Amino acid sequence: MAYSAGFTPHPKVSYANAAPTGTASEAEYLEIALADRREPQALRALLDASLPPGLDVLDAVEAHTSGFADRLTASRWELRLERVEPAEAESAVRAFLDAPSVEVQRETKKGLRTFDARAAVASLEVVRTPGGEAPDRPDTTPCAILRLVVRHLTPAVRPDDVLSGLRAAAGLAPPVPAAVTRLAQGPLDEESGTVADPLAPDRDATSVATAPGPTA
Amino acid sequence: MPVESVFPRLEALLPHVQKPIQYVGGELNSTVKEWDEADVRWALMYPDAYEVGLPNQGVMILYEVLNERERVLAERTYSVWPDLEALMREHGVPQFTVDAHRPVGAFDLFGVSFSTELGYTNLLTALDLAGIPLDAAERTVDHPIVVAGGHAAFNPEPIADFVDCAVIGDGEQAVLEMTEIVRAWKAEGRPGGRDEVLTRLARTGGVYVPRFYDVEYLADGRISRVVPNRSGVPWRVSKHTVMDLDEWPYPKQPLVPLAETVHERMSVEIFRGCTRGCRFCQAGMITRPVRERSITGIGEMVDKGLKNTGFEEVGLLSLSSADHSEIGDVAKGLADRYEEDKIGLSLPSTRVDAFNIDLANELTRNGRRSGLTFAPEGGSERIRKVINKMVSEEDLIRTVATAYGNGWRQVKLYFMCGLPTETDEDVLQIADMATKVIAKGREVSRSNDIRCTVSIGGFVPKPHTPFQWAPQLSAEETDTRLGKLRDAIRADKRYGRSIGFRYHDGKPGIVEGLLSRGDRRVGDVIRAVYEAGGRFDGWREYFSYDLWMECAAKTLPGHGVDVDWYTTRERAYEEVLPWDHLDSGLDKDWLWEDWQDALDETEVEDCRWTPCFDCGVCPQMDTSIQIGPTGKKLLPLTVVK
Ligand code: SF4
Repeated sequence: MAYSAGFTPHPKVSYANAAPTGTASEAEYLEIALADRREPQALRALLDASLPPGLDVLDAVEAHTSGFADRLTASRWELRLERVEPAEAESAVRAFLDAPSVEVQRETKKGLRTFDARAAVASLEVVRTPGGEAPDRPDTTPCAILRLVVRHLTPAVRPDDVLSGLRAAAGLAPPVPAAVTRLAQGPLDEESGTVADPLAPDRDATSVATAPGPTA
Repeated sequence: MPVESVFPRLEALLPHVQKPIQYVGGELNSTVKEWDEADVRWALMYPDAYEVGLPNQGVMILYEVLNERERVLAERTYSVWPDLEALMREHGVPQFTVDAHRPVGAFDLFGVSFSTELGYTNLLTALDLAGIPLDAAERTVDHPIVVAGGHAAFNPEPIADFVDCAVIGDGEQAVLEMTEIVRAWKAEGRPGGRDEVLTRLARTGGVYVPRFYDVEYLADGRISRVVPNRSGVPWRVSKHTVMDLDEWPYPKQPLVPLAETVHERMSVEIFRGCTRGCRFCQAGMITRPVRERSITGIGEMVDKGLKNTGFEEVGLLSLSSADHSEIGDVAKGLADRYEEDKIGLSLPSTRVDAFNIDLANELTRNGRRSGLTFAPEGGSERIRKVINKMVSEEDLIRTVATAYGNGWRQVKLYFMCGLPTETDEDVLQIADMATKVIAKGREVSRSNDIRCTVSIGGFVPKPHTPFQWAPQLSAEETDTRLGKLRDAIRADKRYGRSIGFRYHDGKPGIVEGLLSRGDRRVGDVIRAVYEAGGRFDGWREYFSYDLWMECAAKTLPGHGVDVDWYTTRERAYEEVLPWDHLDSGLDKDWLWEDWQDALDETEVEDCRWTPCFDCGVCPQMDTSIQIGPTGKKLLPLTVVK
């Protein structure tokens, strides 16, 4: 591990865009600076082994480019709304998307803030699982599943802000808290509306990198 | 039949509570075993929040010792904060372990480690959340056996109604012995039910089962006698002592917490016990004799522990770490080994002498010299003789001057208020001492930028110490005396601003005093406080003195006693003390003589360096002092890159 200079050196680790507390995520990224060169996959395995179950290190690449955090311009989320009819969710989504702006409020460290939740939303849709039901749903209570792509702007618009927006725009009030999962983070392709792999530039660089690392 | 994890139900509550991460488990080096692959299952609890409980060495050691055995399983549980408690009650989620989130009520044994008495209300919360009846007498064969351990268990009488048994002393071998008894009883099909297994445990002589003893009282409220009410149960229950610490190098794989905790470091216990003989110190009295881990044993534990955890700081723990016979070589050896690796070393020691500073210097070779702590404990030379803390004022000033001269800028001094025979004058001398320290410090460091902090709290007399007979100072008198000291420090124009003053008011000490020297009748107070919502009494934001006093006023008069009777009353030689039938090895007559010596301001030496003074422990417990030097040194580790 590399350390910062100074009286109380800190390990050089930077976390980009951590998902808010209470949400699940399949796409978190962090950068670690090392003092010596190490094989990224070996490091990945070691880290994975020391983390609790459920916190999995899926991939590691050596950074060849700078500005990683800046490449994380959007996130794709899934929001499961238990006991909400998909049709009801659909009309709320339509109302939300049709509005030029949707004011929402959130309690922050600096007090209650009011901001627009609409502009940051690149896409929002209710997904219909083929066959009507997802395999992990044995019972027949309704459940609306939303897919959301949101741009990382300031102030940050989080999935719960979009939920507040759905309530503000169409009175959608899920009876149980939504189960929210981040599915992806990365550069937003404005045309297709998809979120791309933020590690791609480093992967590309790896395949052309020729200089061998110093023998450790 | 495997029990079901409560996690799915718990998970739904977590978004609504503070710091949910403390409830999810899965820490590095934690262990989850298959339920059906164990015959005996322990739930181990430290009855405080995760951030305090996780680093607790006692629980961590037993967790590992038990899990290392085949067909034995141990999981941990901590106190849940009131926000989660309310949700768990609302949604019917029981007290759970953080390892596999199994309900505590499903385990065979529920071991609770009490470092302090202030965890008692949290015990009741946990029992109730676990669905275990608060009254041990109401439990059935299907409820876990509730075991109390830890230093507070040396007087388990206040919680006698709530626990099935108590084990005093070192837990490593005791838990294994209990495990075997429970295993055999279960294998036989649990004959005789709960009563039988408790009888088998009690017959070992090392497990105290309160319900097998009747307490009889005199008309004036004192105890007349405590007698076993069935055959085969010993009159006195012995403490456990682990000999040869090198054979017990636990924890080998310390837990690495997921959430922030009070100690962000790895701990290695370098010796157990202390014979300095400070008369106020329960820990020193009940952990005798001194048993050292060897220098090489320490080196190995540090090395393995660091490899298994990745911690960046190691604390070398014991009651007075500078007293290890080879501490100089230990400190130097470790400092040499880890100089390059940014591993910090710390050593809790408050000994007032120059050697302590040498050690601190060694351990901070490259780092910043921020603060050093010394504990003279008593303000005047007279009171230091009473408590057997042999430090002259001259020593203290010289030591502190050396510290400032070595570049240390902050010195913290620990004291107690309310020691036996103490007067205002004894405490006011602290102000005097502090100004002399600053004057000397400015002189040797040629700087005005030095500070001294006086930290002082109320003294609480504890069982199994020479002060077990002493009257505790009332909360009002403690506060008045501390107020006078504060004024004296502030009044000093030249030095006052360099002296910090930190104190704890007298009220929590009275509750601690009631619980420390209480008997079975105090159980009613604990129950009433718990029922009125008392929780987390060790936390300033939760502790309520008024609630404790109200509940005591409601319950104790029925027994003809009150809070003062337990706290500020001096006991006489003949009085049967509530913990007399729990044998810490200390001879009661020796303790009484030491109490008389205290009143006469007579000091006693340390038996490590002078002949045995017959405190009773070694012959009674068949133990002996185990100290070095071994003459060995720590060699550099060969680093494989
Ligand atoms: S019995 Fe003697 S040697 Fe053992 S702890 Fe007591 S005083 Fe020390």
